[in-house]
Amino acid sequence: MTSSGLGWNIVADVRQLLLFPFMVNALRAGTIVAISAGALGWFMVLRRQAFAGHTLAIVSFPGAAGAILVGISATIGYFTAAIAAALVIAAVPRSLGGRAGSSESAIIGTVQAFALACGALFVSLYGGFLNGLTGLLFGSFLGISASQVLVLLAVAAAAIAVLALIARPLFFATVDPDVAAARGVPVRLLSTVFLVLLGCAAAEVSQITGALLVFALLVMPAATAQQITVRPMASFGLTIGLGLLIVWLGLAVAYFSVYPVGFFITTFGFAGYVLAAASRTAISRSRRRQALAVPA
Amino acid sequence: MSGLAAIVGQPFLRYAFLAGAAIAAASGLTGYFVVLRSQVFTGDALSHVAFTGALAALAAGADLLIGLYGACVIVALAMAMLGRRGMADDTVIGSVFAWILGLGALFLSIYTTSPTGANGTSGVNVLFGTIFGLSAAQAVIDSAVAVGVCLVMIVIARPLLFASIDQAVASARRVPVRVLGAVFLGLVGVTAAAATQAVGALLLLGLLAAPAGAAQRLTARPFLGLWLSAVIAIGSVWAGLLIAYAAPRIPPSFGILAVATTTYLIAITFTPNGGRV
Repeated sequence: MTSSGLGWNIVADVRQLLLFPFMVNALRAGTIVAISAGALGWFMVLRRQAFAGHTLAIVSFPGAAGAILVGISATIGYFTAAIAAALVIAAVPRSLGGRAGSSESAIIGTVQAFALACGALFVSLYGGFLNGLTGLLFGSFLGISASQVLVLLAVAAAAIAVLALIARPLFFATVDPDVAAARGVPVRLLSTVFLVLLGCAAAEVSQITGALLVFALLVMPAATAQQITVRPMASFGLTIGLGLLIVWLGLAVAYFSVYPVGFFITTFGFAGYVLAAASRTAISRSRRRQALAVPA
Repeated sequence: MSGLAAIVGQPFLRYAFLAGAAIAAASGLTGYFVVLRSQVFTGDALSHVAFTGALAALAAGADLLIGLYGACVIVALAMAMLGRRGMADDTVIGSVFAWILGLGALFLSIYTTSPTGANGTSGVNVLFGTIFGLSAAQAVIDSAVAVGVCLVMIVIARPLLFASIDQAVASARRVPVRVLGAVFLGLVGVTAAAATQAVGALLLLGLLAAPAGAAQRLTARPFLGLWLSAVIAIGSVWAGLLIAYAAPRIPPSFGILAVATTTYLIAITFTPNGGRV
C-alpha cells in the first residue's frame, strides 16, 4: 500500500503511520505547530516571557471550553481567548509583568487559577464530556480535521510572516530595549505585537499538547537550543529542528502506544533539555580543567 | 431558614462546610506567609505535584490520600532543602512543571485503562476538586489535618514573621531561620494536599494566593492580615459552597474561586496604594 503522499517514507513503520488520514492530519498539524511554536518560543525565551506564555496557554482552555459550550468551534475559542489575553497582558503596566514583587505574583497566580476554574465551569455547564476535558488539558491528536489543519496553517503562516517582518527590530529591542528606544524603535508596539503572536502560537500548541503542557513545545526546544549554541541564527534553526523532532517522535510513539501524546512530547522535550544542559556542564568543566592543567 | 435546615440536614453538605472551613483556614494562614515570603511559585509547583502524586497512587492501586500527602510533603521538603541556591530561572521551572504534568497525564491514562480503573472521573476530581463528594472518613481526616496545620501555624507565626521580614536580623537573634523555613514549606505541602480535595490541584493556587493577596492589600498590620486572610478564605469557601448548592450546575470549585477572586479584585480596586497608606 502506498502512503498518502507526504513523501517521508523512510522505514516501514513510517509507512504504517501514514496509512490513516487522521494520523496524516495529526502529523501535518504537529509540523505546523512545531515550526510556529519554535519561532515564537525562541523569542519568548530570549525575552524572558515564559510566564506570559504559560498564562496565555492556560487562558486558551476556558476559551475552548466556552466555545464548545456556546456551540462554535473550539478552534475559534482557543485563538480568541489567547489573543484577548495577550492584549490584556500587553496593556498591563510593565511593573506587573515579569519577575515582580510578592503581591504581583499573587495576582498572576489568582488569575491563572480563576481562568482554569472558568474552564471547569464551562465544561460542567456543557455537561459530561470527560474525555473531551482530558483532551483539552493534556492534548489529543485524534480527530484533527483537514479544515482544522488549514486554519492552523493559515494562522501559523500569518504569524510567521509578521514575525519575519519585525524580527530584526524585535531582536534589537529584546537585547537592548533602552538603546533601541533611543534609536526610534517602537519598543512598546513591538512588544504588543509579539505578545499577540505568542498568543496565536500558544493557542496552536494547546490544540496538540493540551493547555497544561504548552511549555513542552514553546519553551523546551528554545531552551535546549540556547544551551547548545549562543549564535542567534544557529540556535533559531536548531529550535525549530528540535521542535519538529520532538513532535514527530511524540506523535509516532503515541500512535504505537496507548498512552497520551502529551506525555511523550513533554518527556522527549525534557530529556533533550536535560541532555543539552548536562553535556554543556560537562564540556565547560573539562575545558576549565584543561585550562588549569596547561600552565601547571 | 429552611435552606439552612436543609444544609445541616444533608450529611454531604455538613462535611463539605466543616472540612471546607478547616481547609480554608489552613490555606488562608499558610497562604499569607506564602505571599509574604514571595513563594507563590512553590504553591504552583505543589499544585502540579499534587495531581501527579495522587494519580500515581491511583495507578499503582494505592489510596489516593497516600500519594497526595506523600508527594506534596516530600516535594515541599525537597524544595526547602534546595533553598535559595536551587532557585532556577523561569525556563527551567516551567520545563520541570510541564514534564511533571505530562507524567500525571501518563498515570491518568494508566489508571483509566487498567482493568480495575474507573472512568476518567477520578482524574477530573483531582484536577478540579470534589468537595461535595467527601466521605465522612475523608472529611474527618482532612479537617483534623487542616486544624493541625492551623495550630502549628499559630505557634510559629511570630518567629516565622520575624524570619520572613528580616532574615539576617532574625538569625542573629537566634531564630532558627532554616528550620522554620523547612517546617513552613512542609505545612504548605500538607495544606496543598488537603486543598486538592476541596478545590482541586489546578485551583489550589487561587485559594493560597487570593485571600492572602486581598488581606495584604487591606491591612499592613501583619497579624491582622493573617487573621483576615483566614477569614476571607473561609468566607470564600462557604459562599462558594452556597452558590454551588443553590445552582447545582455550577461546580463548587468555581464558586469558591469566583468569590475569592472577586474579593481580591475589590481589595485591589479600593486600595489604590496597596494598603500601605
